[in-house]
Amino acid sequence: MYRKKQVVAMLLAGGQGSRLGALTDQRAKPAVTYGGKYRIIDFPLSNCIHSGIDTVGVLTQYQPLELNTYIGTGSPWDLDSMSGGAFVLPPYVKGKSGKWYSGTANAIYQNMYFVEQFDPEILIVLSGDHIYKMNYNWLVQAHIEKKADATIAVIPVPIEEASRFGIMNTDKKMRVREFEEKPEKPKNNLASMGIYAFNWAKIKTYLTEDANDPASDNDFGKNIIPAMLAKGEKLYAYEFTGYWKDVGTIRSLWEANMELLRDFPPLNLYDDPWRIFSRNPNEPPHYVDSGAVIRNSIISEGCYIYGNVINSILSSGVTVERNAVVRDSIIMSETRVGEGSEVHMSIVDEEADVGKRAKIGECLDVNKKITVVGKRAVIRNGAVVSAGKQVDCGATVLKEGAASPAEAKRRKKDGDADGKARSAVKKPQTEKGPSRASRGAAKG
Amino acid sequence: MIREAFGMIYAGEQIINLRELVELRAVGALPIGGRYRVIDFPLSNMVNTGIRNVAVITNRNYNSLMDHLGSGKSWDLSRKSDGLFILTPYANRDNPGISLGLIDALKGSMDYIRRAKQEYCILSGSYIIYNRVFDDMMRFHVENGADLTILYDRPSSENYDGERYNDVRLNMDNTGVVTNIEIHPGLSALDRISMDTYIIRKDILIYLVEESVAKGEHHFVEDLIRGNIGRLKVMGFEHTGYVGRMHSVAAYYKVNMDFLDTKLQKALFRGRNRIFTKVKDEVPAKYIGESRVRNSIVANGCIIEGEVENSILFRGVYVGKGANVRNSILLPGTEVNDNAELQYVVIDKNVSVRNRSRLIGNAEFPVVIRKGAMV
Repeated sequence: MYRKKQVVAMLLAGGQGSRLGALTDQRAKPAVTYGGKYRIIDFPLSNCIHSGIDTVGVLTQYQPLELNTYIGTGSPWDLDSMSGGAFVLPPYVKGKSGKWYSGTANAIYQNMYFVEQFDPEILIVLSGDHIYKMNYNWLVQAHIEKKADATIAVIPVPIEEASRFGIMNTDKKMRVREFEEKPEKPKNNLASMGIYAFNWAKIKTYLTEDANDPASDNDFGKNIIPAMLAKGEKLYAYEFTGYWKDVGTIRSLWEANMELLRDFPPLNLYDDPWRIFSRNPNEPPHYVDSGAVIRNSIISEGCYIYGNVINSILSSGVTVERNAVVRDSIIMSETRVGEGSEVHMSIVDEEADVGKRAKIGECLDVNKKITVVGKRAVIRNGAVVSAGKQVDCGATVLKEGAASPAEAKRRKKDGDADGKARSAVKKPQTEKGPSRASRGAAKG
Repeated sequence: MIREAFGMIYAGEQIINLRELVELRAVGALPIGGRYRVIDFPLSNMVNTGIRNVAVITNRNYNSLMDHLGSGKSWDLSRKSDGLFILTPYANRDNPGISLGLIDALKGSMDYIRRAKQEYCILSGSYIIYNRVFDDMMRFHVENGADLTILYDRPSSENYDGERYNDVRLNMDNTGVVTNIEIHPGLSALDRISMDTYIIRKDILIYLVEESVAKGEHHFVEDLIRGNIGRLKVMGFEHTGYVGRMHSVAAYYKVNMDFLDTKLQKALFRGRNRIFTKVKDEVPAKYIGESRVRNSIVANGCIIEGEVENSILFRGVYVGKGANVRNSILLPGTEVNDNAELQYVVIDKNVSVRNRSRLIGNAEFPVVIRKGAMV
């Protein structure tokens, strides 16, 4: 039996992040790399341990392999403690009723017994999709002081953008009177951050009622919060004013990374008492060759730089060969950029191999499309990946620019991610079409 | 995997030619290669061999060493059975506390040695860096029926910068048996240099140490090995590949600069056998504005706004605007403020170099700045 805890955190990490395209084909959104080193989930996990919350249930569902491997015993975040720790909680079979998590509230509902073990007073629900530093104690304190039944962290957004968010309409004492999901005419500018504190005893009954309602979407924002409001429970908003970024799209992920390149980034990662922990690769420091030029960039360990890196972020173990140019791009770990190749305005995922004299993306102004190269993709010598295109995980791009069959299939199937980016992709294929070689490579 | 061996690393060497660098730390705790500490090498070599029972014998100045080693988790040595043991000096009936040499230290560690379940001991110094596993050496030792096997290398004269006053050189017959050793020989015709790494059976080690203690001896090489050549079967086993010895500031400087050769650096750090170290959660390095970096190694946590050439920058180094760092080694937390100039300087941890300061040494005699200084 575990010791009683005042606060237990449940971290929703099952998000697919479908708008991140190839980047989340083989991993859940919280496992996406950020800042040349971190994964998105490092932020809520580090926040937890720094806030003194040592019991965190991590709810996984979509593509959990990379995430589970990453979290492991939780030791990188000091969450391998005896009385609590990090617990990875995938959906599981329970007699006849085993099923997938059908929504955020349902994920917590299905793990009620897990939370119950710690007999907490307060349950905080976090999302593994955002980049921010926050002391959850402040949220908990506000919750206790106001004797609230639920406290929702909110962030002020510009009123003209408010219709993109879930908006909390509050009174002067910050009590929530109404919740509107993406309102056409917003009455307020306080957007829900998807971070909640609940009285455990109270939320249990709501979760159970919600689970028994077949019409419900089992979602905190859509169902639980409105239900609590309808019953006149005391819901308060807690206003957070720090840096908070949703990196749900390719563009926002790219932008959030680029913000780190400013002289004084809005997110301070050098904050010693609030260090962001992560699982560190075992790599030597990076090497910069005599012929290398590095301008305004972030470079991680294990990199070998012989070419040019400008306004870019390189994760560990990246090699940039002689005369190659990496500009305004994010290169994830263990990727090679071959001699004389150019990478502009792109996100290149892990273990990709860019051959010699290849060209990825175009050197255009910042408002143009961002190119994405998936994990373990191979860009052959002299190949061109035009701006805004998306190369699938493991796909091969040949010199003619012919796409692999897997990619062609994907284009037909979905056209969601990064609206603009997709338009370029929908161009008809060249006459030549994919060769036999590319077909084989794509499968392998 | 040789699970029948336990490892012992003697971290009590006193190497006065390392000057200020070892005033506050043991040689093993000396930062090297932009990220590592010297003891990471012998420790990782043992772990990569499959050894799961390792003792580090400390003598003096072991504070930073203990801090680095912690529970041994970074080397996978935090275990239920065996794992990492740190044997600090303490006074008891058999042991005066501070040891004069390795014999005293081994005598003081007798409890650990007797309790070790493994049959063989791999004994190593803490000042020497190389990357290898010991399987072949162990096979050689057992197949030849050796009592003691000494690891050595034969550096070509151009690669060897004449630290021979600190060498132990081996004379061997054509069967590989060591017939004579020369200690700190000055000029020597012998080219096999001991790497201060030995394989010996546990019971023989215990016997020899007890015997040496009874004779009032202190030193492992000078007394124990030299006294037993001819009596025991002492053999040499050759290591090929890079070897660095921390004999002096000049040697420390040279070894660090050797890592600028990426071929060598990759072979040492990115091959199959990795060198493990304690990791801190640092932000990746950041290059700002007109920074210009050439032929250098840069660790995480660095912020560079100035010029850096042929240098090693450890964790969290700051190089300000207009600052110029050449041929230098900057240990963790060094701050080089705007327009300062450094050439051939080894700067210890947490030093602050003020605006427009100039420090210039040379490769044979680099300037060493003490830990925590303001210059």
